[in-house]
Amino acid sequence: MLKYVFRRLIGLIPFLLGITIITFAVIHLAPGKPTDMETQFNPKVSMEARERMMTLYGLDKPLHIQYADWLGRLLRLDFGISFVDSRPVITKILERIPVTLGINLASIILILLIGIPIGVSSAVREGSFYDRSMTVFVFVGFAIPTFWLSLILMDLVGVRWGILPVSGIKSLEFEKFGFFEKILDIARHLVLPVFVSAFGGLAGISRYMRSNMTNVLRQDYIRTARAKGLREKDVIYKHGFKNALLPVVTILGLSVPGLIGGSVIFESIFSIPGMGRLFYESVMTRDYPVIMGVLVIGASLTLLGNLLADISYAAVDPRIKYE
Amino acid sequence: MDMLINKKTVFTKTAFLFFILVLLGFRPDYGDSIVAGSIGEPRTLIPILASDSASGAICGLIYNGLVKYDKDLKLVSDLAENWEVSEDGLEITFYLRKNVRWHDGELFTARDVEFTYKSLIDPDVPTPYSGDFKMVKQFEVMDDYTARVIYREPFSPGLSSWGMNIMPRHLLEGEDLINTKFSRDPIGTGAYKFKLWKTGERVELVSNHDYFEGRPYINRYIYRIIPDQATLFLELRAEGVDYISLTPLQASRQTTNRFFNENFQKFNFPSFGYTYMGYNLKDPRFQDIKVRQAINYAVDKQEIIRGVLLGLGRISTGPFIPESWAYNKDVKPLEYDPDKARLLLQEAGWKDKDGDGILEKDGMKFSFTIITNQGNEQRKMTIEIMQRRLKQVGIDVKIKIIEWSAFVSEFINKRRFDAVLLGWGLGQDPDMYDIWHSSKTKEGEFNFVSYSNSEIDKLLLDGRETFDQKERAGIYHRIHEILYEEQPYLFLYVPDSLPIIHRRFKGIEVGAIGIGHDFIKWHVPRDEQRYTR
Repeated sequence: MLKYVFRRLIGLIPFLLGITIITFAVIHLAPGKPTDMETQFNPKVSMEARERMMTLYGLDKPLHIQYADWLGRLLRLDFGISFVDSRPVITKILERIPVTLGINLASIILILLIGIPIGVSSAVREGSFYDRSMTVFVFVGFAIPTFWLSLILMDLVGVRWGILPVSGIKSLEFEKFGFFEKILDIARHLVLPVFVSAFGGLAGISRYMRSNMTNVLRQDYIRTARAKGLREKDVIYKHGFKNALLPVVTILGLSVPGLIGGSVIFESIFSIPGMGRLFYESVMTRDYPVIMGVLVIGASLTLLGNLLADISYAAVDPRIKYE
Repeated sequence: MDMLINKKTVFTKTAFLFFILVLLGFRPDYGDSIVAGSIGEPRTLIPILASDSASGAICGLIYNGLVKYDKDLKLVSDLAENWEVSEDGLEITFYLRKNVRWHDGELFTARDVEFTYKSLIDPDVPTPYSGDFKMVKQFEVMDDYTARVIYREPFSPGLSSWGMNIMPRHLLEGEDLINTKFSRDPIGTGAYKFKLWKTGERVELVSNHDYFEGRPYINRYIYRIIPDQATLFLELRAEGVDYISLTPLQASRQTTNRFFNENFQKFNFPSFGYTYMGYNLKDPRFQDIKVRQAINYAVDKQEIIRGVLLGLGRISTGPFIPESWAYNKDVKPLEYDPDKARLLLQEAGWKDKDGDGILEKDGMKFSFTIITNQGNEQRKMTIEIMQRRLKQVGIDVKIKIIEWSAFVSEFINKRRFDAVLLGWGLGQDPDMYDIWHSSKTKEGEFNFVSYSNSEIDKLLLDGRETFDQKERAGIYHRIHEILYEEQPYLFLYVPDSLPIIHRRFKGIEVGAIGIGHDFIKWHVPRDEQRYTR
């Protein structure tokens, strides 16, 4: 097993290298330059000043040299300096991660807490009115555009009723609050965003859970359990549920990279300073070091998440063994 | 009649009350915070590197220049108490204020000015503002409070370039400006001191009690970053922000209800910018001045202003700030007149021979493409309205919308366009050598329409060499006249600035420069203050 993990980890390196080469090339080949944003259409900026900036950023060198420079720095775990505000890329990324991670974790927990019971109960009552209305409910959540729902809720809860803040993650007086006030303040700010993102994600987990559960409930061992005379509650929760839950573990493994990936629309609407906005802003300003930094971290997490999912297969399912 | 008397008594009472207050030595209350909301995040608070409007707005409160523009767009003293320009226009001597202190307590001196100047011309500093300072031959520190600038040739826009924010030498000398903590923890001489910057959330400033023009009344200035326009508006509605810029739609339709009338005050005045359609003057069709004039007749600007800006703007006739001394008020916009347009096109040889409604000349149909950048609805709508009007005189217009960065590098810089719809922002100084001079047509330079007129070239140089405002005004009035006559651009409109501010803020005065020039005088009566913790 250990040997397998090690082999897989080594195998990831050429993969990662390939990803960085392709993204580096694509980003640099896209029209536009990082200096455009600051200097285009500002008549006070001379051509010479623009060329000077290009040299300072090392953008006048051939592409493969730029890539080698970048890779060399990366091997020393140096992600470089942002073109936009000259701060280290890693600082910019790290300051965004907690918010995005926090919201995504909260919403995943909420999705599991609500989605799994919905799935199980729907499977048990397959085809009933309850089952069908739950299907409609979760798909409504799936289909409603995030921005629309967010704005409606903000207007209703934030503006008309005035019981929750409209946007942001902290109040303006946050620094002067006591400890519990701070916690309460952040919680109040997170209610709407977490609700909106969880509502959209319910469909996936609950439908998955429902189909697993209906499959399991048709298995022979369930019939056996019922034949033994076990109570229906025990049949469903002890024998059925445990088995139906196995594949969900895999899904969780696959959602690891998603934990630090934020959505631009969502974060912009709630004005949450998260990863989605960082990435979007850096693309719009052609801030190559930040774009590459976010992509490398994202790609690594995706590859690791995949590996994690594979390993967890073996861990939870005794029939699968890796040599 | 009753009403009239009533109003009169109210007025008398108010006047009387005011009189009493003055007798009592009425003074506005200190306190409260103002929360400005904006969609953009500042990039850096090092003023010579800051080129975006968010950074500029915040730097403007933290720092001072040697000179500044007052409400009537006149240059007045800031850190320089006064200044002298030598007879030949080659030397400017600044006499600086004494006893001005940086926020950390150090004294401000001419050495700081020298340091700022040297940073601006340092080849290792990626500042976009070096252009004006390259004209300086020599910078001399006479003593701690006197500095002399010597130019290679007379350069009148140079004076206003000293409105550049001055940076502290004692903190930045020897620092790498590209990579310094100072960019997010600045020290200035201005009315407000930097307090904190939470990335993606807000920047907070507190009032400088020792400010040389007096302590500002409002204690805190909070710049909130809310990247979505709809959310920004909801925050305004929830009174989570006090001060934003409205879109024309918000200003004319969504903020007219009782809530906004009671809680907010709206302003509108011409913004410092204009929208235009630039012709590619290398294109033989547009080289004919009659064609350009015909298009000017054929496009109904008032209709565009009504449709795109909901009436909140004015027709542009030239590249100057409408309220400034450089603007020639005698240049009147042409009336919309499609018949005249058709006539001019006919004179230019464009006729509809095959009867399909589109004009032809030498077997070519009059069809061209207007390009503009993605993400600007107003520009897109403007082209759509123009498209319809030009069709009526027999010109077929196609529209192409391109992402900004590609738009500039692939189309504008390489001159791959027929016509382009864009806007220029305007600085307070009217010099626009870089946009209109015939030498500025290389790739990446700003005369991308390839306009060339020897009289304009000469006038632009004269304008740069003349210091006397009256004389300069004459020069720019002539430029304005020629440009409107020759139509290298189809000047379209000047949109209004549409700020909205919470009603509790008093003492806001609108000038030719807009609002905010007297920000330190804004105040909130004690019983209306909201942020008191």
